[in-house]
Amino acid sequence: MEHWSPTATISTTDSGPQPPSVAMRLARDPKVVFAGGFILLLIVIAVAAPLVAPQDPLAQNLLAATLPPIGFTDAEPGFLLGTDGLGRDVLSRVIFGTRVSLTVAFVAAGLACLIGSLLGLFAGYLGNVVDTAISRLVDIWMAFPPVLLSILLVAILGTGLHSVIAAIVVIDWTRFCRVVRTETKSQAQMDYVVAARTVGFSRPAILFREIFPNVVPVLIALLTLEMGIAVVVEAILSFVGLSVSSDTPTWGGMIAEGRQIVHEAWWVLAVPLSALFATVVAFNQLGDGLARSLDPVLRR
Amino acid sequence: MTMPRLSIETLSAISLRDGNRPILRRVSLAVGTGEVHGLVGESGAGKSTIAKAILGIVPSQVRIADGRIDFEGRDLLSLSARELREILGRDIALIPQDPSTALNPARRIDAQMTDGLRLKRNLLTSEARRRARALLEEVQIRDPDRVLKSYPHQLSGGMRQRVLIAAAFALEPKLVIADEPTTALDVTVQKQILRLIRSLQERHGTSVLFVSHDLGVVAKICDRVTVLYMGKVVEQGTTAEVLNSPRHAYTKALLAANPRYDRPDTGLEPTPPEVVAALRAEIAAFDAGVMGSRHG
Repeated sequence: MEHWSPTATISTTDSGPQPPSVAMRLARDPKVVFAGGFILLLIVIAVAAPLVAPQDPLAQNLLAATLPPIGFTDAEPGFLLGTDGLGRDVLSRVIFGTRVSLTVAFVAAGLACLIGSLLGLFAGYLGNVVDTAISRLVDIWMAFPPVLLSILLVAILGTGLHSVIAAIVVIDWTRFCRVVRTETKSQAQMDYVVAARTVGFSRPAILFREIFPNVVPVLIALLTLEMGIAVVVEAILSFVGLSVSSDTPTWGGMIAEGRQIVHEAWWVLAVPLSALFATVVAFNQLGDGLARSLDPVLRR
Repeated sequence: MTMPRLSIETLSAISLRDGNRPILRRVSLAVGTGEVHGLVGESGAGKSTIAKAILGIVPSQVRIADGRIDFEGRDLLSLSARELREILGRDIALIPQDPSTALNPARRIDAQMTDGLRLKRNLLTSEARRRARALLEEVQIRDPDRVLKSYPHQLSGGMRQRVLIAAAFALEPKLVIADEPTTALDVTVQKQILRLIRSLQERHGTSVLFVSHDLGVVAKICDRVTVLYMGKVVEQGTTAEVLNSPRHAYTKALLAANPRYDRPDTGLEPTPPEVVAALRAEIAAFDAGVMGSRHG
């Protein structure tokens, strides 16, 4: 037997500079910076709405009805984006509308994510009966037309913010469940999971400490996309009058009101629609950027 | 040889997928304290199944039909999942085959290396980290602090394998299962890794079950060798005995199949058909005998 020197030096081949951290990568991604910045701005506006809004969003002034935005003839300086059919300030109403939209986006998407991904993790990792039961449930659930289901749910639960959130959670948890299940299943096959078993980890420890971190990048991307979807669904329910009561300004409600007077006052429709559009695009772009930046394998 | 630390007795396994085809045929082998025991055979010979059986990670389509795996007087096959978890990591550790997939891509090296230390030794994170750093130095990683902060994809294959070796030896296990630890590495790195395993093993008095298909690698590192063919032990003995004067025709054929750098005109010989035929006949006779004794 050859002699093995315990002090034999082994050269390390890769001693390049430390690659950029996750925070650095996120800061360099234009999608994350612009879309994330826009959403951050929306959050600030929503929180500080009473300070930011130039007018009381509920104050009616029939003498100042359907005033056009600044820059058009007959515009009045106090109403930057014009007034609606009851003389309420459109800008102030859009600003207050961000409150409902963002609340629904974060709470509804967050809850759907929590429920869906927990079920998805269990289905993907435990397999067998648990997987079959959860997967069939998802299949059946997804067979219902989502918009009709949410309208039905709100009709049963009654209108209000909590029913809108409940309706979105009840419908969209399946989205998370499917994706997380598939991802968990493929991660569970990986060698590092087997290696963790040979260290003597328990099954819950493997699921939450080994597998879950690898599902997170997909989950965050999906969560962000879901926030965009939640904003749209809330707008749809507001549009058909099934969301919060009519004395709370919402983008969907404004779009519904604006639709009726679109020929006299297009801005009443266009302004909330643009806000909705920009918000959904921002959420989608943010999700896309996060998916790229957070993926540990793509991180180079 | 001293009292064996690991002793496998008449281990048999069948594949449930494949019409109860036998995978292991009454395999017996013993690994002594401080011994490196080579387990050699071609793909499908059952080497990995033995390693998985010891670690309790046999895939669901394989069933252990018979036998014992004695580790320090306890039969690993009859332990509960909880009892086995106690032993794994602490007394028995694995050096996996492919360093590119055996580390969790989403977790930093320090988190992965300190797992066992925190779980089995109840070390605080800071203590575990210090220990991990010392282990990385022991496997001759020059900049352990940078490696600890890295994600697996930021390291080369050789570095990752060294991290895995350090993690395997972290709790000073009594037995390390090395499942083809150099197969995924290039030849120059292979040699360094073998030397590293041998030096760690000697320093800590660890027993190693070294699974490999490469007789050249086995010759370098193993004290004793078991040669497997289709799940049956073909030859067993000290490395010198088996490699210098193989008694079985199959071992001779395996040796002839190895590339010879000193004599490029020889080597890489396929196993002669008559040797394969003889082996298959032997295995058929063995299976018939097992069946006969079971029914008769």
